[in-house]
Amino acid sequence: MAGQTLYDKLFDAHLVRTNDDGSSLLYIDRQVLHEVTSPQAFEGLRIAGRKPWRIDANIATPDHNVPTTERSGGVDLIVDPVSKIQVKTLDENCDEFGILEFKMNDHRQGIVHVMAPEQGAILPGVTAVCGDSHTATLGALGALAHGVGTSEVEHVLATQCLITKKMKNMLVRVDGELGIGVTPKDVVLHVIGVIGTAGGTGYAIEFGGEVFRNMSMEGRMTVCNMAIEAGARVGLVAVDKITLDYVEGRPFSPKGEQWDQAVEAWKLLVSDADAEFDEVVVINGSDIEPQVTWGTSPEMVVGVSDQVPNPANETDSVKIDGINRALKYMGLDADQKITDIKLDRVFIGSCTNSRIEDLRDAAKVVEGRKVADNIIQALVVPGSGLVKTQAEKEGLDKIFIEAGLEWREPGCSMCLAMNPDKLGNGEHCASTSNRNFEGRQGFGGRTHLVSPAMAAAAAVTGHFIDVRELLQANG
Amino acid sequence: MNKFTLHTGIAAPLDRANIDTDMIIPKQFLKSIKRSGFGKNLFDELRYLDEGQPDQECTGRPLNEDFVLNKARYQGASVLLARENFGCGSSREHAPWALEDFGIRSVIAPSFAEIFYNNCFKNGLLPIVLSDEQVDQLFTEVEATEGYQLTINLEKQVVVTPSGEEIAFDIDGFRKHCLLNGLDDIGLTLQHADEIKAYEAKRKAEAPWLFGAIQ
Repeated sequence: MAGQTLYDKLFDAHLVRTNDDGSSLLYIDRQVLHEVTSPQAFEGLRIAGRKPWRIDANIATPDHNVPTTERSGGVDLIVDPVSKIQVKTLDENCDEFGILEFKMNDHRQGIVHVMAPEQGAILPGVTAVCGDSHTATLGALGALAHGVGTSEVEHVLATQCLITKKMKNMLVRVDGELGIGVTPKDVVLHVIGVIGTAGGTGYAIEFGGEVFRNMSMEGRMTVCNMAIEAGARVGLVAVDKITLDYVEGRPFSPKGEQWDQAVEAWKLLVSDADAEFDEVVVINGSDIEPQVTWGTSPEMVVGVSDQVPNPANETDSVKIDGINRALKYMGLDADQKITDIKLDRVFIGSCTNSRIEDLRDAAKVVEGRKVADNIIQALVVPGSGLVKTQAEKEGLDKIFIEAGLEWREPGCSMCLAMNPDKLGNGEHCASTSNRNFEGRQGFGGRTHLVSPAMAAAAAVTGHFIDVRELLQANG
Repeated sequence: MNKFTLHTGIAAPLDRANIDTDMIIPKQFLKSIKRSGFGKNLFDELRYLDEGQPDQECTGRPLNEDFVLNKARYQGASVLLARENFGCGSSREHAPWALEDFGIRSVIAPSFAEIFYNNCFKNGLLPIVLSDEQVDQLFTEVEATEGYQLTINLEKQVVVTPSGEEIAFDIDGFRKHCLLNGLDDIGLTLQHADEIKAYEAKRKAEAPWLFGAIQ
């Protein structure tokens, strides 16, 4: 019999029961809550007279629509009345049910997928859900993490279980080494370009191979974060020493004897050598250059030295239609060089790229340079209060401010523009976020997804440029 | 939850792949803490020519006359025909809430994004996967005939065209059972509370560090 994949092991270890029709009840160790997808779930509990099954499995923080400008006045001073209601409602629900919440001005507040691993709330081997599709991020720790809808948030609150069906297994193996200036974001954008936005639908994707084995924990989170942009609800990386080093000593990580016991269990969280995957995709890491999306779907991505595609080179009518629609929305011409795309705004942040390593990458590029004249605004939004503090300790905030970028309070910010940070109609943005859908960052806004280093390079040159040229100039 | 048994309604063809949840319900409308009232902002950026604001009265807004749901012949549509990867992107359940509130009871497409697909069943909305060829055929027929209606018979698992042709579709038994009876799946899961407790006790013995740590 073939061995098990990491996904198989995590799934089997949490199986409560399998129903007659093949669906399963999976026990959920952790739920992370935020203000946008939880209010109707708590309301559902109240209406049905139910209580959360287990309080200590939950942790909450507001992130999607908190302002990222000065906010010491607290929730009452949030200008947008509807945002204010959501943040307040989360506070009230967590207070009422006794759930631990890092409130807006707590220094541990942050984007759910940054805060939860940072606190050790998500650990290797756990199952986790959050009412946000980018929950796949947490799979970087060797955890089985699902993005869920609000009804499922309520279901997990009430029963500690998720009704689910076992997925198929896909291995994305990236061999070899990455070149200088090529980051985890470029790797995952390239992967999405190869397998497509629906290529991972129905699969749990494990990211394996030399490139991921050598990648930092934060880089692995960036990669798993975007599994959903390839259609996969779950992304995973096997546990190794890098994982254990990251987890040790975090506030909610096990200590002492329990730590030793946990490590023994976590060491088994790898796919067996003879495990069989339903699908294997192999990519050579040295083939990947810095990536830029040109269209309105994350799969519409090319290398920075490349050009915008020409629909005349396609044969499939749905694809031609998609390219034409994207070109029109993005205001680009077929065959236009990527480096000729001029930018209006730059956004460095989001659950994909707002951790300390991301900020260091960006700071390295902008240090000693100035934001180009045609850039209306360049935002740097750290992923959590702790990331912000660390960056300030390293002087990164000063480098950004000196170069003309804005240094903000933590939150989701312009990734989805639920707070006041958004694009104007027709504006092009170099963004380190995860979705370039029409209108995502503001009505008529044109998003180009890139790495933090590439966004920083775009900020100081005003157009896309291969960041390696600037890094070389740095010497 | 609304039951879904037998439904007949006008079909509207939304001829575009990768319809994402930001398109179905743009982010500025997610700020409500309710489940209802999202229908007027369904497909807001495709449907109206101006930028929609939360709490805005929508009746006087300029309509995009080219958008399928604005065309006279598709008024009152309750079955949406769509292309591949419908509902990709965000996990927002506001997407099925908006479709349902608008009056859509079923979406037919060659494929759906997974989270959206799950979310539909929690809200009495039936997503139906048919083959590319079958979806093509329905697009051709609906565009050719004004007032084209489809009947969906969940019990028999068929889509019935006006000519009486029956197109079979697959659906999980559990989901079908819940939709046919309008069942709340939390109640159903809690029938297995003893099994959940037994699992939990075992989990606590194996991984004690996961209990009591977050307070």
